[in-house]
Amino acid sequence: MGLLDYFRGTKTDSAAVAKERLQILVAHERAERNKPDYLPMLQKELLEVIRKYVNVGQEAITVTMEKDDNREVLELNVVLPEPPDSHEPRAKRKRS
Amino acid sequence: MARIIVVTSGKGGVGKTTTSAAFATGLALKGFRTAVIDFDVGLRNLDLIMGCERRVVYDFVNVINQEATLNQALIRDKRCDNLFILPASQTRDKDSLTTDGVERVLNEMGETFDYIVCDSPAGIERGATLAMYFADDAIVVTNPEVSSVRDSDRMLGILASKSRRAESGAEPIKEYLLLTRYSPERAKLGEMLSVDDVQEILSLHLLGVIPDSKAVLNASNSGAPVILDEKSDAGQAYDDAVRRYLGEDVPHRFINLEKKGFMSRLFGG
Ligand SMILES: Nc1ncnc2c1ncn2[C@@H]1O[C@H](COP(=O)(O)OP(=O)(O)OP(=O)(O)O)[C@@H](O)[C@H]1O
Ligand SMILES: [Mg+2]
Repeated sequence: MGLLDYFRGTKTDSAAVAKERLQILVAHERAERNKPDYLPMLQKELLEVIRKYVNVGQEAITVTMEKDDNREVLELNVVLPEPPDSHEPRAKRKRS
Repeated sequence: MARIIVVTSGKGGVGKTTTSAAFATGLALKGFRTAVIDFDVGLRNLDLIMGCERRVVYDFVNVINQEATLNQALIRDKRCDNLFILPASQTRDKDSLTTDGVERVLNEMGETFDYIVCDSPAGIERGATLAMYFADDAIVVTNPEVSSVRDSDRMLGILASKSRRAESGAEPIKEYLLLTRYSPERAKLGEMLSVDDVQEILSLHLLGVIPDSKAVLNASNSGAPVILDEKSDAGQAYDDAVRRYLGEDVPHRFINLEKKGFMSRLFGG
């Protein structure tokens, strides 16, 4: 720290930004790697079942597992296609 | 049965080899029969840092392939009777390290050594994963910088899932954080993550803080592990870390700014 900095009391504090970014990233990456290893298989089988009834693509389904201190949440998300025309029964559409 | 310590980091160039050399020397100086193995196949460097590069005849891969015996390959340190170095080979064949081969060599060494320090290469390829696979303890070398911290966390994940202890359901590997190349000045100015920041993110037991120090380059220039430079800040910091590892209660140093005189604060330095 030189003479000028001393009187100005310059403080960059990019470290605070670094810390915040790291906290978010590390939490996310830990959650990713703590996923149970049956998830991909579960996702594949669910997709097969759903495809018996609805024509959805590979990317239409996501299965995620979230953990906090006292519970685990298994979340299944299916995006159904738009019906070809509005006369189709809409019962199969996912409500959101 | 030897205790196996891996020195790991994920990110390259953070101070693993510097730490392996210093730590192994420190343990040997405390009277333990210690070996330090270079797992960086193809990029051998530990021999230089230990100052034994001209005495390398056989290497780790020769022992694995049974082209040489362990005794032929181990180099006894010139300064310290109970310290031995097992150099990496310069072969380009990355597959020359095999799980079975490494296990056999470690088992054989385990009969005569108290500690085996494994200097891991950077990355998450075979050399790095094998260096940690058989470990009992892990020293995670981290610099106070975003990519190093992230990579350290990644290594923690691998330690917890892809190691012998994890796979056999034994007690998990003991993990220690060693924060190296630390500059209290820059942390104080908010230019660099502080010790507390890094510890909060990684939530690991802090083994020590090694200051960013000229003594480290000096040590590598002369081929003598920095812990032998007893007057240097880095040498003392490594000695503290070794003593903490061995269970001594040593207060942390080199974390806070040393109080400087008014003049030196005014004019920098
Ligand atoms: N505490 C320190 N202070 C100053 N320089 C340091 C310190 N620790 C390490 N260095 C320097 O950083 C560089 C890398 O150190 P080292 O070879 O120990 O890292 P490494 O993690 O083993 O690298 P690699 O991933 O390539 O194996 C060297 O030039 C070394 O002198
Ligand atoms: Mg190295």
